[in-house]
Order: sequence, then structure tokens, then C-alpha cells
Amino acid sequence: MSVWEKHKIFETKSMVLLIGTLITVSIGGMVEIMPLYYLDTTIEKVEGVRPYSPLELAGRNIYIREGCYNCHSQMIRSLRDEVERYGPYSLAAESMYDHPFQWGSKRTGPDLARVGGKYSDDWHVAHMIDPRDIVPGSVMPGYPFLMKTPAWSGNIADDMRANRMAGVPYTDAMIATAETDLQAQANPDSDGAEAVAERYPKAVVRDFDGDPEMVSEMDALIAYLQMLGTLVDFSVYDAAGSNLR
Amino acid sequence: MTYETATSFAQIWGMFFFIIVFGAVLVYALWPSNREKFDRAARSPLNDDIIED
Amino acid sequence: MITEQVRTDRAAFGELLSLPVAALIIAIGVAEILATSDAVMTFHAGVLILAAGAAGLWLLMRRMGGKAGEHEAGYNHAVVRAGVIASMFWGLAGFLVGDVIAWQLAYPVLNFDLPWTNFGRLRPLHTSAVIFAFGGNVLIATSFFAVQRTCRTRLAGHMAPWFVFWGYQLFIVLAATGYVLGVTQSKEYAEPEWYVDLWLTVVWVVYLLVFLCTLFKRKEPHIYVANWFFLAFIVTVAMLHLINNVTIPVSWTGTKSYIYWSGVQDAMTQWWYGHNAVGFFLTAGFLGIMYYFVPKRVERPVYSYRLSIVHFWALIFTYIWAGPHHLFYTALPDWAQTLGMTFSIILWMPSWGGMINGLMTLSGAWDKLRTDPVVRMLVVSVAFYGMSTFEGPLMSIKAVNSLSHYTDWTIGHVHSGALGWVGFVSFGALYCLTPWLWQRARLYSLRLVEWHFWISTLGILLYITAMWVSGILQGLMWRAYDSLGFLEYSFIETVEAMHPFYIIRAIGGGLFVIGSLIMAYNLWRTARGDEAVETIQHPESASAAALAKLPAE
Repeated sequence: MSVWEKHKIFETKSMVLLIGTLITVSIGGMVEIMPLYYLDTTIEKVEGVRPYSPLELAGRNIYIREGCYNCHSQMIRSLRDEVERYGPYSLAAESMYDHPFQWGSKRTGPDLARVGGKYSDDWHVAHMIDPRDIVPGSVMPGYPFLMKTPAWSGNIADDMRANRMAGVPYTDAMIATAETDLQAQANPDSDGAEAVAERYPKAVVRDFDGDPEMVSEMDALIAYLQMLGTLVDFSVYDAAGSNLR
Repeated sequence: MTYETATSFAQIWGMFFFIIVFGAVLVYALWPSNREKFDRAARSPLNDDIIED
Repeated sequence: MITEQVRTDRAAFGELLSLPVAALIIAIGVAEILATSDAVMTFHAGVLILAAGAAGLWLLMRRMGGKAGEHEAGYNHAVVRAGVIASMFWGLAGFLVGDVIAWQLAYPVLNFDLPWTNFGRLRPLHTSAVIFAFGGNVLIATSFFAVQRTCRTRLAGHMAPWFVFWGYQLFIVLAATGYVLGVTQSKEYAEPEWYVDLWLTVVWVVYLLVFLCTLFKRKEPHIYVANWFFLAFIVTVAMLHLINNVTIPVSWTGTKSYIYWSGVQDAMTQWWYGHNAVGFFLTAGFLGIMYYFVPKRVERPVYSYRLSIVHFWALIFTYIWAGPHHLFYTALPDWAQTLGMTFSIILWMPSWGGMINGLMTLSGAWDKLRTDPVVRMLVVSVAFYGMSTFEGPLMSIKAVNSLSHYTDWTIGHVHSGALGWVGFVSFGALYCLTPWLWQRARLYSLRLVEWHFWISTLGILLYITAMWVSGILQGLMWRAYDSLGFLEYSFIETVEAMHPFYIIRAIGGGLFVIGSLIMAYNLWRTARGDEAVETIQHPESASAAALAKLPAE
């Protein structure tokens, strides 16, 4: 056998190992992930879940940027104490437009899946500036710098387009009015304020941070927090039937 | 294919598949004529000072 | 048989070929800077240009100095030496950041209320620094060392291994500075944004090629099992990385992107990735280290080679299913949760198969536990591996998980694996490698290894016991009811109850940092060629003479 033929066998063996390994490690992922896309029962049929408004999306990006998910979950488990503490357990449908998901893995702080409407805007502003001013035992960092920066520096419509490519049903109208909607949601007296609430049902339109001069990162983040978990009406949600899993 | 047929297929044939693959690994590992090869391989970290190319 | 001349010519050609590649990278960087209005992107493009420029300049200087293609004869140990230094450096950095954020949780004033110093940005910095910067460099160094020696052939490629090494350091710098400046995908252990992911993909493909090509040209008939684990680690991490990070950049000139997956599917994909980052990065890769360095250090073959084969296939098959145990009682469908729980519990078996194989390799040489602190470190690492791979399946039982999830118990579990198993097996490998690679008769001081071992072990014990208590306490407080049927504790009361344990944990972490500082000092003195005067008998296997017959450099 010449040297070259020998070489061939060696190559085959390491390729067998490589391919065998790849097949072995592919099976689990395929079986666990792929059905989630074609089984109808994966995501419940519910009313009310909608894409984020431009200001909420900006706020969500600040939430991600500051790493809030490191200490706050957004996933109420179907356990008695959690439902009593935080509200109805989270549905898959409620995060269907979340790219990426923010379920979290650790509760150094409380779950935020249904924090929307639980506290006033003023509470959030004061708490964000100095958490221990409001909750003495808190270990949360302060975020006073959010008051000083405009909510979004780029063009939020570009971000909505990227989301649309990933499957979020933003309409052309939503994208066309993105910039004005972003400003209007924090300026309740402005012309576009009503349209925001129409385009994004249940959207909260308020001057969240109490500073009418600028739509700040604080406005955006609180707009996001105030809508979390408020979209689905649980008084009419039916957990049985086709939603039983 | 519905979810139910998919799961019953996976539960029955999946189990057989795993058992067969595991059996194949066991046979390969315990096959008597492989012993010499494995013994040599097991010593390879102990005398790897001499490079052969 | 290739003559040295042919090899040098080829290497010189490779260096020549690398010049246009460096130029291309610089061009991409310049184009980014001109087009972008994103400050972080400008900064990162600048870093890219500097890195490629430095590489190009170095290659040009070699060419002009007539040194093109020059390299040491025999095994490629130079790149492994670089890997050892980088491991130690990033290890210290990662452990230190970890301890800083541990103190932040005990005393939140340490967040300083600045964007760049808050816990939310520093925690990914810590996890990435220890997993990818420290662990990754240890894996690159040890896999490059073990694969060429067990194949009895020089590491494939002349420029390629160095590209892997420096390319990986660039990845670390881009990822780490990104986190601090607020650039993150928010997917745990996969936080780097799209352009950093792309760069890592390029580096990783070259890593796979170097490893595979070394296997191709091996001079041993059988591929040693450590290489199986290294190969599985490289291939599987590539698969996980590519699928988990499918993302849509807002623009080619901005840092921000949106992950293609959403909600429940994204959660499943993320934890399929996340758990197998543990399974293949922190387990399979480090098992490769165990299968090479434990036999090498105790000078006897692995306990059962046949068991190692069964261990390999069973482990890689089972691990990949375990992801859903991060999502019990969530909106993930029950069938997926059940699958995840089943395989997580099965996983106990192959894990302990590997532990037994590692521990029993010492049979007949148990005295080395007493005489050689490096062996002790390796063995204790395997014991920690056994402990956390028992704790893991336990925590994957849904009823247990309902208590442990979202609490510090998870953090304690991770750290018994990370500090005890990954940390100690890495330290053991680095203590072995340093005298061998720098051709020293022995380590500077075994006494200092003893100190490192005991201080770090004490630190780990403080850490994990504090987290057990705080985790279980918090889990129980969350679900406690008073006699009237109301929840007994408000959330903030459970936070306040954690305070003493957070202090104990931070002290434990501090001890671990001190231990690794001692190690860095010891390795530095060893590399310099110093020897401390001490009474401990150095084992023969520790010396470069044992590794010996290293071709002259």
C-alpha cells in the first residue's frame, strides 16, 4: 500500500468520527426544537397580543442593553405561589413577538412579566434613579443616567423593519409613522397621541418621566414596563379546549 | 401526521433506535479483536515524546 | 516524510498569503468606519484595523528580515505557550470581575450608578470571561498540545494555529468591550452581537480545520479518545453557535440586531444552546483534558479505554436533550419539558461513567494524591465533576426544580461545576504544561501549589454552601404561606434574607481569586526557570525531562 492510500484511510476515519458525532448531537435538538414550529398547540390562541409600539420597542432595547434579564425573569410559572404573587401564569402567546425572548433565568429581583400597571410612573422614575430611596433593602443598581439621554438615537423604523423580517406583523403604516409615534406616546397632548393608542391597542400614552422637554430613555423604559403583561384579558381567557397542553 | 401519531412512533421506535445504537457502541467497545488497538491507544499519551514526521 | 526545507517554503508561502487577508480585513474596517454613525461600531472597527495592521506589519518585518517561514522543529509548542499565558491572564480577569459583581450584590452602592459599572453589564462580562476567555483559551491550548502529541505529528498549519489563537483573543476583546458599552443580544452565554458572532465563526472554522488536518496526518493508527472529546466539543459548539445566533442586523453599519427566533421557540433554542455550552464547552472539552492529562501526570493509562468509548457516545447523545430543564413549568409545552427531564436524569449515568474512569486511573498510584498536589488538584476536579453531575440531574426533577429555579441554588450548582471541575482541571493542566513547555526541570514551587489548592478549595466550599442555603431559603420563602392562607413574605424580605450569604459567597470568591494569583506567580517563576528551595519531593512526571526529548528549538 502506498503512502497516499494509507493517508486516505486515516482521513476517512476522522471524517467518520466527525460525521457520527454531528448526527448524534443533532437528534436531540431536532426532536425538541422543530416540532415547536409546526405543532399548532405550541402557542395558544389568544386575543390582544400585538407588536411593541416604537417607544416600547426602544424601551425594550434599553432593558436588554442594561442587562435587566440577568436579575428579572418575565415568566410566571404555573405554580400556586407564583400566580398569587405575580398574576396569571405566562402564556407562550405573550412573548410571540419577542426577538429575543426575555424569560430570564434568575430572580435576584421579582418577576416582571405582569409589572405593567402595578406601580405609578412616578414610582418607577424614583425607583430607577435610586432604588433604595423607594425600597430600602433593594440591591438593584441605580439608573439615573436614563433621564439624560434621548430615547432613541437612530431611526426606530429600521428596527421595526428588522423585526418584520423576523415575522413581527408591523404594517407599512406603523413603520411610516414610527418616528412620530415614538415621540407622541410620551407627549399625551401632541397631535399624534390618539393615533398611537389606535395603532397599538392598550398602549399607555403619558409623559412617563415627568419631563416634557425630552422623550428620554426613562420614558421608553417605563413605557415598556407599564405594558408588560397587560395585553391579554384573563377574565375571558380559556385555558381548556384547544389551549390545553 | 398528527401530534399523537408522531409521539407514539417516537416513543416506540425511538426507544428501539437508542437501544440498537447503544448496543452497537458496546459491541465496538468490547469486540475482542479491538482490545489490542485500544490498549495501544490508551498508552499513546504516555509515550508521545517522539514526533514521527 | 517532508523535509524541513519543503516545510519552511510552505510556511513562507502561507505567510505571504496572509498579507492580502490582513489587507482585506483592514479594508473592511475602514469601510465600516466611513459608513457607520454608531460609536461602538467605530471603536470596534478601529480595534479590527489595529489587530489586522499589527499582524500584517509583523509578517512584513519577518519577510524583510529574511525570516519568512521560520519555525521551531518538532511539535508546535509555541502556540500552546501563548495559550497558557492567555489562559492565566483571562482567568485572573474573569475571576476578579466575578468577585466584584458578587460584592455588588452584597453592597449595591458598588454599582456606582454608572452605565459601564452596573451589575447588568458586568455579569455577562464575568460569565463570558471565565467560560469563553479563560475556558476557551485553556481548551485551545490543551487541545493543540494533546492532538499533535497523541497523533505524533506536528500541528497542522503554520499560520492557521496562530490565526486561531489571535483571532480568538480579538473575539474576546470585541465581545467584552461591547458588553461594557451596552452592546448585547441578551441571550445568556451568547451575548456578543452579530458581527462578533461572524468573526468567531471564521475563527472557529479554522480551529476545526487545524484540528481535523492534524488528525488526518496522524502517525498513530487509532485516534486517542481525548481527541474524540475535543472534536465533539469543536463541532457541536459550531452547530450550537450558528443556530442559536441566527439574527437580523438592523443595518450592516450598526451593532444592533434582532434574533430571528422569538418567544417560546427562542427560549427552547437558547437553552438547547445554553445547556450544551455547559455540555460541550465546559464538559466534553474538559473531559478531553482529563483523558489526556490525568494519565500523563500519574503515568499510567486510563482505567478503561473501553469505558471511555461508551462514555463518549452516551454522553454526547444524552447531553443534547437536556436543555428544557431550564424551562420547567414555563410556557414551553409539557412534552418538551418531559423529554428534557428524562434525559437530564439519564445523563447522570454517562457522567459518572466518566468520573469513575478518571478517578480509577489512579488505582495503584493513590499515594500520588499525597505526594503530588497537582494530581490532587486533578482528582478533586473529577470529584467535583461527579458531585455537580449528581446535583444536576437532581435539580432536573421537576418538583426539585420548582424550588431551585430562579434562585441562587442554580448559581451554586454552576459554580461547583465551574470552579471545582472546570477550574481545577484547568489549573492541573496548566501546572503540568508550564514546566513542559518552557523546558524546566520542575515547577517553581510545589508548596505554593499546596497553598493554591487549599485556599481555592476553601473558597469553593464557602461559595457553594452559601448558595445552597440562600437558594433553598429563598425558594422556601417565596412559597411560604401564613396561617390565614396568604403569602408570608414580600419579595423584598426574601432579598434582605440573602445579604449574609452574599457576603460569604463574595469572600469565597475572593479566596478563589487569591489562589489563582498564587498560581500566576508560581507559573511565572517556573517559566523564568526559578526553583524554590523546599522539602517536598517533586514527582518525576512533572519535569520536562519526563516529557523529554523535546526537539531542540
